[in-house]
Formats: sequence, C-alpha cells, structure tokens
Amino acid sequence: MAMQASEIEQMIKEAFPDAIVTIEDLRGDGDHYAARVISKAFVGVPRVRQHQMVYSALKGRMGGQLHALALQTEAPR
Amino acid sequence: MNEMTSNQAANPVHDRIRQEIKDNNVVLFMKGSPAFPMCGFSAAVVQALNNMGVQYKGIDVLTDPSLRQGIKEFSDWPTIPQLYIKGEFIGGCDIVREMQASGELAALFNDKGIPNTAKVGSA
Repeated sequence: MAMQASEIEQMIKEAFPDAIVTIEDLRGDGDHYAARVISKAFVGVPRVRQHQMVYSALKGRMGGQLHALALQTEAPR
Repeated sequence: MNEMTSNQAANPVHDRIRQEIKDNNVVLFMKGSPAFPMCGFSAAVVQALNNMGVQYKGIDVLTDPSLRQGIKEFSDWPTIPQLYIKGEFIGGCDIVREMQASGELAALFNDKGIPNTAKVGSA
C-alpha cells in the first residue's frame, strides 16, 4: 500500500507547522519520493537527527509503507 | 561503570552490532555485499566509499532478518544502508552522498585518522 505525496506533506507539516515542504514523486509508484523540508526546528541540529525527526513525523511508515524517501533538510537561511 | 538500559543489555543483536562497530573503523550495514550490492542505495554508498579508497566492512543484513530489524532499532533509523565510522552512526545513503559532495566525509575520515585517497586541502 503506497502513499500519496499530499499525505506525506501533510504528516510532515503536522510535525513542523512552519515548514516549507516540497515533495517529488521519483517513480510514480507511490513508493519512491524525494522531500525537501525547511524548518526552524532544524537550527543547530545535526543532519542525521534532522532526518530522524522527519522520519518520526511519518509515524513508522518509513521503510515499510514508504520504501524510499530521499530527504533534504535545512534550517531557513 | 554506566549501566546499560534494560532493553539494550538483553539484546544479543544489539551486542553483535556494538561489537562490529567497535572492532571496525568503518562499517556499512547494507543489502548485499560490497562486491554485489543488492539495492541501489547500498550500491551508492559502496561506490562513495570505494571512490574514497577507504577500507570498510560490509555487513549484509539480508542474510539475517533479526539483524535487518535490530540495526534499525539500534540506530533509530528506518532504512538500510547505514554507515558507522568509529562506532558512530553517520547516516544513510542521502547523508553519505551529501557529505561526500561537500567534502565533509573526507574531513571526517581525516579527523578520525582513517586512511583515504580523497583530495582535501590538507598539507
């Protein structure tokens, strides 16, 4: 059971209300996406931790329902 | 002596992981082997490490389902591959590629005294 881009965006925005989120569907199979997330929550946070924060926003779907999510996380410049 | 948290102490898979990342400077938990990666993301990290001429140990999680699940709990990271340098979890495919492109990975190897062939502006 794959995921919709809008669903991913909504879950990330719930966890990061200030975030600018752009989702790209890499293969059109609902399983391989790229996401860019810009949020103040990442200020001073190591990149690995930033990605873990986004994965926890997806409530366990990452690696199961969602096979691949190429992540790019940044704090606002 | 710091006590291990209860779920950590009684977990043989976590113990094995802890041992591997202690015994080896660079460890890549991956799908397949460095010679025969079985997934694009694992292959990308293998290529990155090979391009940098770094010695590393590839561990195929496909051969052991408990390891495949255990590594995700151990690092609180939901996907494979996972790269460890000197016992520290560095990241998955995206982070390794970003760090390689920015030169951060070469700098990290140099900081940790791990031989590599990356050209960083060192003396």
